[in-house]
Amino acid sequence: MSSSEHNENSEHTNPAVDGSELIKFDNVTKRFGSKVVLDNLCFDVSSGKHVTLIGPSGSGKTTILRLLMTLMKPEEGTIKVGGHYLTHEEKGGKLVPAGEKHIREVRKNIGMVFQQFNLFPNMKVLRNLTEAPVHVLGLSKEEAEQRARELLELVGLTEHIDKYPSQLSGGQQQRVAIARALAMRPQVLLLDEVTSALDPELVAGVLDVLRDIAHTTDITMLCVTHEMNFARDISDDVLMFDAGRVIESGAPEKIFSDPEHERTREFLGAVL
Amino acid sequence: MTSGLWELVLKGIWITVQLTVFSSALALAVAFAFGILRTHRLWIVRFLAGCYIEVFRGTSALVFMFWIFFVLPLMFSYQLVPMWAAVLALGLTYGAYGAEVVRGALQAVAPAQREAGVALSFTRGQQLRKILIPQAWPEMIPPFNNLSIELLKGTALVSIMGVGDTAFAANLVRLALQESAEIYTYTLLIYFVLAFVISRGMRALERKAKAGIGRPMEKPAARKPGAGVLQMLKKVDGKAVDPQHAGTRARSAGGDA
Amino acid sequence: MEWDWSAVDDFMPEFWDGVLTTLQVLALGSLISFGLGLVWAMALRARTRFITWPVALINEFIRNTPLLIQLFFFFFVLPEWDVQFSTLTTGVLAIGLHYSTYTAQVYRAGIDGVPVGQWEAATALNLPRGRTWFAVILPQAIRRVIPALGNYVISMLKDTPMLAVIGVLEMLQRARQQGAETFQFVEPITVVGVAFILIAYPASVLMRFLERRLVQQ
Repeated sequence: MSSSEHNENSEHTNPAVDGSELIKFDNVTKRFGSKVVLDNLCFDVSSGKHVTLIGPSGSGKTTILRLLMTLMKPEEGTIKVGGHYLTHEEKGGKLVPAGEKHIREVRKNIGMVFQQFNLFPNMKVLRNLTEAPVHVLGLSKEEAEQRARELLELVGLTEHIDKYPSQLSGGQQQRVAIARALAMRPQVLLLDEVTSALDPELVAGVLDVLRDIAHTTDITMLCVTHEMNFARDISDDVLMFDAGRVIESGAPEKIFSDPEHERTREFLGAVL
Repeated sequence: MTSGLWELVLKGIWITVQLTVFSSALALAVAFAFGILRTHRLWIVRFLAGCYIEVFRGTSALVFMFWIFFVLPLMFSYQLVPMWAAVLALGLTYGAYGAEVVRGALQAVAPAQREAGVALSFTRGQQLRKILIPQAWPEMIPPFNNLSIELLKGTALVSIMGVGDTAFAANLVRLALQESAEIYTYTLLIYFVLAFVISRGMRALERKAKAGIGRPMEKPAARKPGAGVLQMLKKVDGKAVDPQHAGTRARSAGGDA
Repeated sequence: MEWDWSAVDDFMPEFWDGVLTTLQVLALGSLISFGLGLVWAMALRARTRFITWPVALINEFIRNTPLLIQLFFFFFVLPEWDVQFSTLTTGVLAIGLHYSTYTAQVYRAGIDGVPVGQWEAATALNLPRGRTWFAVILPQAIRRVIPALGNYVISMLKDTPMLAVIGVLEMLQRARQQGAETFQFVEPITVVGVAFILIAYPASVLMRFLERRLVQQ
């Protein structure tokens, strides 16, 4: 999918953003041993879009998010975020693997929420939210705490500011994790099956928060989820994955009600 | 170094090897005896065996060695040959650590196995010989490996008592040459090689023992993410010393996991 | 022979001085082993083999060779290199270095026990490497390994008599001197032996207690 009419980068003063492509995968291949997880994958995402990745497990959706978060590196191909190569840099006209400093700089634009929350259990909620803004963005403690309070209000957890993660329910922890990611003011938010580890009754609260964020901010979202109703609500585009490739993409109304591909129909038949 | 000095060192190595082998044999016997007694059904037997283990794990090997060399002869007017005094000291000390390994491994055998033995109306001795020990044995080998290396290192202490082992020879060479960097570097390398040989041998033994009861060797890398730290301690890499075996079990008075 | 209580009395002043030296060695040796062991453990997690391999080799080497020889090495070789330390300093350095290779294993197990998601979350937040280590990983890792570290302090206690060979006046060396002066070896050495058991056993019980409290939560 390459939608190109959008250009909403006015908020983010990133001079290198060329046109509308905030994220661009170019012939990306990722293998684990002999297993090919992503197979010459090409796709791009425009700034401000909400894109949902669907497909059977093992089809490579989560791998895309982990590549974007630089938790792993592709074997072949390049990824660009905001016009910059993610794990490569140009030196003397040639592409070479990027140094730590370059990766750090590009990574600043990306935030991620994990399936297992991954809050820091040794820190209270407030410090979970201020740790990175203070030590990465260089905010003062007061600024960071101010920002943290606003975000906790957004996710409805103001009263839990002084608790440890272990004192919260799974749903509350995940909302803290969302707030923690947003505290870095990323351009892109990656959501990796954020409700899969939650008890069913806690899922709605988390999804409501995410809907709220999707509708009230211009943050770009890449979302891997099995919650098809949620995907339908928030997505501008849906990408259907199978065996490491995008086999179908389009607006959610189209994909969910009138899929073209046989595999998509099978998959949706199984999960809906 | 002259050939005469090398000969001295070679003799020392031979003494070290003998000391290690004999002390390990004694330690193994002590370990099994007291390890099994620790699982005895009478509390008084368990208690007495426990006393032995705690005393010998609590004391310093070197102090105990001094005691055997200098105090025992005075108290009982009976002088052991230095070599055997050393074997006694090392065997009793490391046997106490080994006893905890044996006890732990015996108790780790599935209770159903013990019950099966009862159901077959085996005597307690038969249960041990035919069911418990064969199954527990492979589990004992990795901690025994670490204990053997600790024992090897412990043999160096006998040089202080005048037994002519590698460490003792090294000291003589140092006096002869008035130079220490070279000889002590060689000495450390010798012990390192001996430790390596022990480790290799024990690993081969473990493979054989596990094959004997139809279990594959566990790969050190086969670690489950998120497992508790105790599990981690248990599985950390087979290279030389697993920390829990060398540490909480072998080298210290700490309890078993 | 007869057990002579007056010999015990005569030894007592020396004994207490020895206890003090032993505890001094233990405290300083522990500090070195805790600090250096942590450095080893973190170096073993470095991203380049140019660091991890040499560090692993050094650790294996030190851990698999006798402390006694290492003591001699430092005692005789350092002066040859024109490094002059007191025997106490030499002993503390040697025992601290030796035990750092054990504590390194303990730390490593603790670090491996921290879920990989914690590292990933730190990456996702772009935390600097140092911050990730000291604010996120180590606070979680160290808590659980405190009992194991404590056990090594007890082990170290039992190895302190080795420092007698280079002349450090800890408990055993005091007993030897007393024996040499009075020709009564039995009492001083027995007193020292009993003292070790009296210190080590309660300490090990304490560690077992801590293990249950801290680790299995």
